[in-house]
Amino acid sequence: MSSKMQSSNNIVQAKRTVQQLRVEANIERIKVSKASADLMHYCSEHAKYDPLLMGIPASENPFKDRKPCAIL
Amino acid sequence: MACQGLAKGETTNTLKAESESLKAKLEEERAKLHDVELHQVAEKIDALGQFVMKTRRTLKGHGNKVLCMDWCRDKRRIVSSSQDGKVIVWDAYTTNKEHAVTMPCTWVMACAYAPSGCAVACGGLDNKCSVYPLSLDKNENLAAKKKSVAMHTNYLSSCSFTNSDMQILTSSGDGTCALWDVESGQLLQSFHGHSADVLSLDLAPSETGNTFVSGGCDKKANVWDMRSGQNVQSFETHESDINNVKYYPSGDAFATGSDDATCRLYDLRADREVAIYSKDSIIFGASSVDFSLSGRLLFAGYNDYTINVWDVLKGTRVAILFGHENRVSTVRVSPDGTAFCSGSWDNTLRIWA
Repeated sequence: MSSKMQSSNNIVQAKRTVQQLRVEANIERIKVSKASADLMHYCSEHAKYDPLLMGIPASENPFKDRKPCAIL
Repeated sequence: MACQGLAKGETTNTLKAESESLKAKLEEERAKLHDVELHQVAEKIDALGQFVMKTRRTLKGHGNKVLCMDWCRDKRRIVSSSQDGKVIVWDAYTTNKEHAVTMPCTWVMACAYAPSGCAVACGGLDNKCSVYPLSLDKNENLAAKKKSVAMHTNYLSSCSFTNSDMQILTSSGDGTCALWDVESGQLLQSFHGHSADVLSLDLAPSETGNTFVSGGCDKKANVWDMRSGQNVQSFETHESDINNVKYYPSGDAFATGSDDATCRLYDLRADREVAIYSKDSIIFGASSVDFSLSGRLLFAGYNDYTINVWDVLKGTRVAILFGHENRVSTVRVSPDGTAFCSGSWDNTLRIWA
C-alpha cells in the first residue's frame, strides 16, 4: 500500500471516528438514580410472573414432573 | 467508499485533537449523571432467599463440544450445535432427538430457532448462515432443503431471526454484523464499527424497537439502529473480549459476559455501566449470560465449568451451580421462564429448574 493510500485511509478513519463521537456525545441521557429506579420497578412489577425467581410447584413445571416419561 | 480528502484547515492532527476532546466531553457528560450506584438504590429492597436449582434433564448425544443452543417459542424444543458439525433438535421434556443435521463444516458456533418453530439457522467455520426447514417427516433428509442465506469473510459467531422467519441478523469474525433477507439471501444492511471479531449479538425485546447490541474482541459493546446501520451507542469498560451480550427484559439495559471474568450491566438511557458482577474467587471468563423473566436474576456460564446466578440489582451472587464437566459455552432461559438450559464442552446440555 503506497504511503499516500495509507495516509488517506487514516484520514477517512479519523473523520469517521470524529463523526461517530459527535453522534454519541449528543445523545440524551438520564441520571443513574432514575435509571436504577426504573430497573427496580420493572423487576418488582414482573417478579410474580418469574418462575425461576418465585419457584413454582412441581405440578406446574413440566421439567419437575415426576411422572415417568413415555419414550415414543 | 470514495476517499474523502481533508477539508480546508483540517489535518490528521486536528482530527485527532477533536477526537480526544469529544471523548473527554463524552466522559464528562456521563459522569455528571452518575449520582448514585445501582446497588445502593437497591439496598432498600429485600434480599433474595436461598435458591435450589437442579439439573432436571441431561441431553446426551453430541459427539463433541456443544457451542450454542436456542429455545423454540413452544418452550419445549431446543436446537443445539457442536464442534463436530452436528446440529440437533431436541424435545427437552422427553430428551428425545427429533432432527439431526450434519453441517459441511466443523465448529458450528451459532444456531437459532425460527419464530415459527418451522426452521433452524446455523453456521460457523463455513463463514455462512444456512437455514434448514424442519420437516415433520423424520426420514426426510434435511440437508437437501438447506438454504444458504448469509456470507461473511470470516467465521459466523452468532445468528438470530428478527421478529419473523424472513430476516436474519448475523455477527462474524470479520468484524461486522449484517441483516439478511432469508428468501433471496440479499444483504439488507451491514453494520461496521467493531475493530475486531464480533462474538455475540442480541435483538432488543420491544416489538417497536429496531435496535440490537453486539459485543466482541475489541472489548466494546455497540448498540445499532437496524434501519440506518448507525452505531448509536458504544460502551468500552471491559478489560478483555466480550463473549456474550443479552438485553434486560425491559429493553432499557443489557448484560455482557467477558474473558475478564466479569459480567456487567449497561443502562442505555443513562448511557453507562451501572453494575459489575464479579468476585475475587472468579478468575475464569464468562462465556454466556441470560436474564430470568423479571430481570432480577442473571445466569452466567463460565470457563471454570460453573454457572453463577447473580442478583442483578444488588450485585451479589445468589447461587453457584455445579454439574458440567467442562466449560459452559451457552446459557439460555426458556421462553416462559420455567427453566434454563446450559450447553458445555463436556458434550452435554442440561436443563435446570
